[in-house]
Amino acid sequence: MSAVNASLPAVSVRGLHKRFSGLEVLKGISLDAYEGDVISILGASGSGKSTLLRCINLLEIPEQGEIVVDGETIGLKMRADGRREPVDRTQVDRIRTQLGMVFQNFNLWSHMTVIENLIEAPVHVQRRPRAEAMREAEALLEKVGIADKRDAYPAHLSGGQQQRAAIARALAMHPRVLLFDEPTSALDPELVGEVLRVMIALAAEGRTMLVVTHEMGFAREVSNRVIFLNQGVIEEDAKPAELFGNPRSDRLRQFLSSHLGI
Amino acid sequence: MDLDFLGQTFVALLGGVPLLLQLAAFSIAAGAVLAVGLALMRLSGNAPLDAIARGYVFVFRGTPLLVQIFLIYYGLGQFPEIRQSFLWPLLRQPYWCALLALTLNTAAYSSEIIRSGILSVPFGQIEAARACGMSRWLVFRRITVPQGLRVALPAYGNEIILMTRATALASVITLMEVTGIASKIISETFRAVEVFVCAGAIYLVINFAISRGVARLERRLSPQLAKVPSPTAIPKLAR
Repeated sequence: MSAVNASLPAVSVRGLHKRFSGLEVLKGISLDAYEGDVISILGASGSGKSTLLRCINLLEIPEQGEIVVDGETIGLKMRADGRREPVDRTQVDRIRTQLGMVFQNFNLWSHMTVIENLIEAPVHVQRRPRAEAMREAEALLEKVGIADKRDAYPAHLSGGQQQRAAIARALAMHPRVLLFDEPTSALDPELVGEVLRVMIALAAEGRTMLVVTHEMGFAREVSNRVIFLNQGVIEEDAKPAELFGNPRSDRLRQFLSSHLGI
Repeated sequence: MDLDFLGQTFVALLGGVPLLLQLAAFSIAAGAVLAVGLALMRLSGNAPLDAIARGYVFVFRGTPLLVQIFLIYYGLGQFPEIRQSFLWPLLRQPYWCALLALTLNTAAYSSEIIRSGILSVPFGQIEAARACGMSRWLVFRRITVPQGLRVALPAYGNEIILMTRATALASVITLMEVTGIASKIISETFRAVEVFVCAGAIYLVINFAISRGVARLERRLSPQLAKVPSPTAIPKLAR
């Protein structure tokens, strides 16, 4: 679980710039995530942390900069209107299966049962045999603790159960990296714990995770590296003990005091 | 009450049912294909395609179906280009003119219904599908269509019923479907009430069957709603 790893980064972004109608949200972000890293991304709302995560799997397309997943650079080309688009959509689709995404609002497919949600991408995108996908999905549901909800529809689950199902859905694709976009922000306080416990277990397995979060406890205790984003730039990037114990910038000190009540 | 006459009229009118069903089924089927194309054009984000589809819907929704039928049946023959084209053997027949008018008309309405169905699918679910590496087509097929269909079905069921009734207009260009036969019998017997009551009953039975079919399909397509209480149900208050 060390950031010092001689091998290639699992995910690497270089010089990312992203603007939304004139407002520059990311102003040159570079970041390497190595195998086994658990990186928490903190920042006030509007600091660009969700956008950074969404650029990594191309849900947003950055105007500048490159994204490298497992040594493979995602091909982007300039269009006439100054924005970019993928050179090859099948490359993007293939790389996305390597990046399991967990959303703030779960985004389970509401017309499918939990188990159908889990096997959808393995069967239809990765073309794995249905029976095998089914067996794996059942094991994943066991792991996140909702095996009994196998045949329930998302609307009949609590928020915490939906988010655990969504995590299992991301895991079902065997991704190299997991991207969490504020996974507990839409949950009632008493449901946050059950989702965090699943995430802690995944970190303990040595999974590579990028987690945009407001859960300071998770950032401090579980991640091996914490990044503080401020107004589209990485303000601090350090081990949690250092970042929480000895914040260098005023902005981070302010942020921490408002979030930790110090 | 002349039961004999009613019985004979009923049997005579039943002879028009196959043509009625044919016109309705073919126009709805062909109209649906056209409607999907129009809806996708509206949603394509491509300005010219969007404008063409908008214009189409504007014209066919804004003018009476009867006028459209007349224009196609009486109007097209005025153009030598059409009279000499390979389409003329079809377009000179009232059957194909009625079918064409019905198809073009229902396509306009259906495209709006389909568009609203597609737009009803929560964007987060589309995004989740893209994030799983699904291609656009796969997202459309596996996520958008099943959910959009469910939302569009009640409105589309309405459209199917409207079209079934609209086939009656084909009688004005000489087609002998149920209403056409009814007019003919009335012109021979002057017994409008009995004949139109019979005709109305036939439409009623057909549309009853259609609405039951749509309701059944609705239940089948939305198992996820089966156990959820109706949003409009009023909870019982404890006394």
